Amino acid sequence: MHEYSIMQSALNQALREARLAGASRVHAIRLRIGVLSGVVPDALRFAFEALTPGTFADGALLMIDEVPARFWCATCRREFVSANLYAECPDCRHPSGELRAGREMELSSMEVDHV
Amino acid sequence: MCEECGCGLPVEAPVTVSAHDHPGHDEHHHHDHDHPHHHHSHEHGAEECQTLDLRHAILEKNDRLAERNRGFFRARGLLVLNLLSSPGSGKTTLIGETIRRLGGRLKTAVIVGDLATDNDARSLRKSGAPVVQINTGTVCHLEADMVARAVKQLDLTGLDLLIIENVGNLVCPASYDLGEDLRVVLLPVTDGEDKPLKYPPIFHTASAVIISKLDLAQACNFNREAVTANIRHIAPHAQLFELSAKTGAGLDDWCDYLAQQHKAVKGRDPLDS
Repeated sequence: MHEYSIMQSALNQALREARLAGASRVHAIRLRIGVLSGVVPDALRFAFEALTPGTFADGALLMIDEVPARFWCATCRREFVSANLYAECPDCRHPSGELRAGREMELSSMEVDHV
Repeated sequence: MCEECGCGLPVEAPVTVSAHDHPGHDEHHHHDHDHPHHHHSHEHGAEECQTLDLRHAILEKNDRLAERNRGFFRARGLLVLNLLSSPGSGKTTLIGETIRRLGGRLKTAVIVGDLATDNDARSLRKSGAPVVQINTGTVCHLEADMVARAVKQLDLTGLDLLIIENVGNLVCPASYDLGEDLRVVLLPVTDGEDKPLKYPPIFHTASAVIISKLDLAQACNFNREAVTANIRHIAPHAQLFELSAKTGAGLDDWCDYLAQQHKAVKGRDPLDS
């Protein structure tokens, strides 16, 4: 359950940015989460609901964009997409260890209100 | 129309797209370029709605502290291992036996992480190596700043090797860089052949995988080909070792590897990437 501490970090960053922007309220937070990041979006949502009350992101919407895993095959010099880490190049069938995308954990944007 | 928050209002100011190129994020979340904030805004009744484009790595703070650790370790020519496995895999036993087998070849210290107790530290001190215990409380993994604080308690003079025994957990520690040179995942024969498939992120990030408790292989009907194939699929780049800390089988190969890696670290310019 490290989703709780990851959500806490994301929320802290978001609240800091909101304060810097002089916002009065956060009404949406958008994350980019790689499918191989090792964090589960549902667990992030659960943590978000537990962490936001009493902050000025209380009641805010959490949007999570999942980023598919993209691998590089050095033999065929091509990228390919895989749903998991059991990644074989569709051309040469060799496994690839070079992950190019899919482990992201990013606070991508947020929407705030100014009174 | 505002597509960001779905409010349906026309956007008064055009959305500013930042000028920088944003290529694929690499797996370690390195963000070494600036992300200027850009935003659009429009009125929601009395309130003004603004979208802040941030693109912050959520674990940016840990990644930054891990890089600080890494620079510190490199400047000292220290080889640092992050040892990971499920609980009860024999991490502590392997570390103790590794220190004994290395003898004086590499002067070693250990940082050991557990939720509670200092049992592992007390057991490891018998090997003669300096040991610092981190109790994480309820935290299921070690983080870079915990390691930095633990390192302060160690006398690093003449030290060659620092082994960090992470909290026994095959999920969460995968996300946290500690500043190590090598990430070593322990897979005991008692764990079952499909562990690498069930917990891919941790195996994917491994520099080396050790199949351990080899003395129990027969009792567990251990299928060597299946486990090797599974590791190769998830982590084709990882060095593979097979050993038993109990009988000592395979320990020499493992220790030779550590000595070799230490030599490489020692000969490296700390400022090279």
